[in-house]
Amino acid sequence: MTDKARPTTPGISSFSLAMIFIIVVLSAVALFLGLSTWESQDPGAQAYILIGFIGVAISAYLLLQAKKKPSRESFEMPQVVTTILCQKCGFKNIRDFERGDYILKETEPCPKCNDKMMIASIYREVKEKEK
Amino acid sequence: MLMIPQVSQLFPGGNDIIGWVLQIFFLGFFVIFMFYGQRFQMSIMLREVEKHLGRLKFIRDEGRKLAMETIKEVGKPKEDPTERVDQFLEYIAITPQSMDPSGIVWKLDHLLDVREARFKDEVKLMAPEADGVELNNLENTLEAAMALNVIYKVIRHFYILGKKTLSLYIIMQLQMVLPLIMREAEAFASALKAFATGQPIGDGAGALVAAKLMHGHETRKIAQDVVAATVPLEDRIAHVLKSEGPGGNVGKPGDGIMEIIKETKGKIATIVMIDAAQKLEGEKPGDVAEGVGAAIGGPGVEQFKIEESVLKYKIPVNAIIIKQDIGDAVSPMRKEVFDAADTVIQRIKRLLLERTKKGDAVIIAGIGNTIGIGQ
Repeated sequence: MTDKARPTTPGISSFSLAMIFIIVVLSAVALFLGLSTWESQDPGAQAYILIGFIGVAISAYLLLQAKKKPSRESFEMPQVVTTILCQKCGFKNIRDFERGDYILKETEPCPKCNDKMMIASIYREVKEKEK
Repeated sequence: MLMIPQVSQLFPGGNDIIGWVLQIFFLGFFVIFMFYGQRFQMSIMLREVEKHLGRLKFIRDEGRKLAMETIKEVGKPKEDPTERVDQFLEYIAITPQSMDPSGIVWKLDHLLDVREARFKDEVKLMAPEADGVELNNLENTLEAAMALNVIYKVIRHFYILGKKTLSLYIIMQLQMVLPLIMREAEAFASALKAFATGQPIGDGAGALVAAKLMHGHETRKIAQDVVAATVPLEDRIAHVLKSEGPGGNVGKPGDGIMEIIKETKGKIATIVMIDAAQKLEGEKPGDVAEGVGAAIGGPGVEQFKIEESVLKYKIPVNAIIIKQDIGDAVSPMRKEVFDAADTVIQRIKRLLLERTKKGDAVIIAGIGNTIGIGQ
């Protein structure tokens, strides 16, 4: 399985772009109308400004969502470690897992006391994500 | 612009053309959403399902690729195994008819035996150079790839069906259940790598406990892919059994327990079953819990056999479970789960001291896939 990341194309379609563009234009028009009629005490001015700001906010949100970091198609392969232990002198050798390793397998003699060593554990350590 | 006053109230914004256009646009927007809102909602859901489907396809394809690479590396086949692997991924097993449920367990047991034998033969043909352990691991790898293939195809089926019928309910159900399915698929994806290389997985927690107990004692084959050893434990005679490792194997522990009960003529003081179990969200992986009943998963055949045997002699069955989520169960074993094995051994000893007498015979069954765990 590949460990390399393969980024997918960012998901911003021309339809979404057109929609965002229309909202931006309409919001700009609404803002313009609102500001230009502000001094004439027109009661619609406040509504226009509100609509304009909401429109700008929506379009900014949509644009940010569309431009979000693309998902990366990959698998994170966990690091698995093998611990080889000497039953006699307690010598411990920790290394990466290799094909053919299994728990309780007898391995090479102990470099310290020359007694038989055994794979005591094979596991992966998971670092919990900070909340 | 002239306007009837009552009507003009609907369009607050003055008499200028731009204001009118703006108001009409917003009204139009409202009307369109009133009639086509559901359609918009559906297309958003479909897009989300499509995104997940793409990920599922990627996982499925990578799984297939990994299975193929492992077969070529380990089995050294003379011919290209691609066609055979693709056929394997489409393999089906038709469950027995259940209109008359009497005796269905034995029919299912037979079907599972046939399936297992067929799988083993297929894998042997795909990888002629692989030894027994590697064959079991390859079989597990292919089964994980097969599960991914099924998940992808079922989701694709409902996606296309939803698109064709434009049924909001099909699409909505699919969209709601997808996060859980994706978790399962990601779990199988990490299982593939573990199976391909022979790493112990979380599901093997029970087998690990049994392996630790029987290590250094003579083992014998007691049932299909199941080994047992007689171990003195806290002045009791413990018949410890587990599936035969280190290849990927769950064996038939139900048959093993039945056999020991038969051999001892039912003189068993208690049975302790250890298995991995799914934790609830919020619980820690590697937490240990105790209870009663046959702790064993799968299609239910083995559990049925154990329950039948213990009922005959009224043997109490105790369960010890090691909690983990679905992802951990099929991924390389976590340290917390590995460490839990020692806690379980202490619990077994305490349980034997409290619930049995000196000299009693007991059965300790470590349940689960023994991949990467010897004995």
